[in-house]
Amino acid sequence: MIAVGEQAPDFTLRDQDGEKVSLSDYSGRKVLLVFYPGDFSPVCGDQLSIYQEVKPEIAEQGVELVGISVDSFFAHKAFQEKLGIDTTLLSDFEPKGEVARAYGSYLDAPLGFANRTLVLVDEEGQVAWTYESPSPGEFPGANVIFDALS
Amino acid sequence: MANLGSAQIPPIGPDDHVLGAGEEGIVVYADLGCPRCAAGWPQLREHPGRLVFRHFPVASKHSRSPALHAAAEAAGRQGRFFEMVDSLYADRGRVDDPHLWQRVENLDLDLKRFEADRRGAEAQARIRRDFESGIRAGVAGTPAIFDACTLRTVREREF
Repeated sequence: MIAVGEQAPDFTLRDQDGEKVSLSDYSGRKVLLVFYPGDFSPVCGDQLSIYQEVKPEIAEQGVELVGISVDSFFAHKAFQEKLGIDTTLLSDFEPKGEVARAYGSYLDAPLGFANRTLVLVDEEGQVAWTYESPSPGEFPGANVIFDALS
Repeated sequence: MANLGSAQIPPIGPDDHVLGAGEEGIVVYADLGCPRCAAGWPQLREHPGRLVFRHFPVASKHSRSPALHAAAEAAGRQGRFFEMVDSLYADRGRVDDPHLWQRVENLDLDLKRFEADRRGAEAQARIRRDFESGIRAGVAGTPAIFDACTLRTVREREF
């Protein structure tokens, strides 16, 4: 897992609309990277739905939420629509899981996806806080995010 | 700005929605639009001792949830909170406003008062208060069941 204080590795991935998004696009702002195993899994759906419910309160703290998984951007679009969320979802699709690996979040075969990991990147692009779930089946409640931001 | 940092669930208070009696009890954060909650409700309802129902509508996932929670809250103001909850969970397919009015009639409630109450700021604030307390306690899916302020049931799923 990437350590607090390290420079967050920059990346460029496609979002749910196929548009390229780089971490450096968020320079000067705080962004919370939400690595999750995969679109349409029950736990991931709950996690992103609950975070969506408190997205305005997270935004009030000057933080933007961005989800990242190994799914294609087409799947992200469908997942976003199914959940009724507007959180940006980035596709760490090819090379598969490259960004998750750079952040130390990737779970190797036979799983082959990112663990449920939160990485807060500050205005200068440094890692300000991290959280890694004990297992992909559990996700941190939104309270954990607010604890980190307080 | 609301404080949504970690905190235990608030103690059971006089304005909580409580079924049953006794010292032992559970607190359930539930979503009236959630199929898992509906499936589990008959069993939860038979829980021995007290059952406290707290609102946890996840609007992005179940778009009618806010309206359903407001309807239950409004029915509660006429003393029929759990009857409305039972009705909504028993028949999840009919949740538009005309269906809610039919439920109001079936429960013999005052429709005019129901309409005012469910749209009132008081009901909205009450629902939001429950929701925020669930967020602070780490609710990560519904139904979330707390026993003595500890999250007892974590649904075990692969991921």
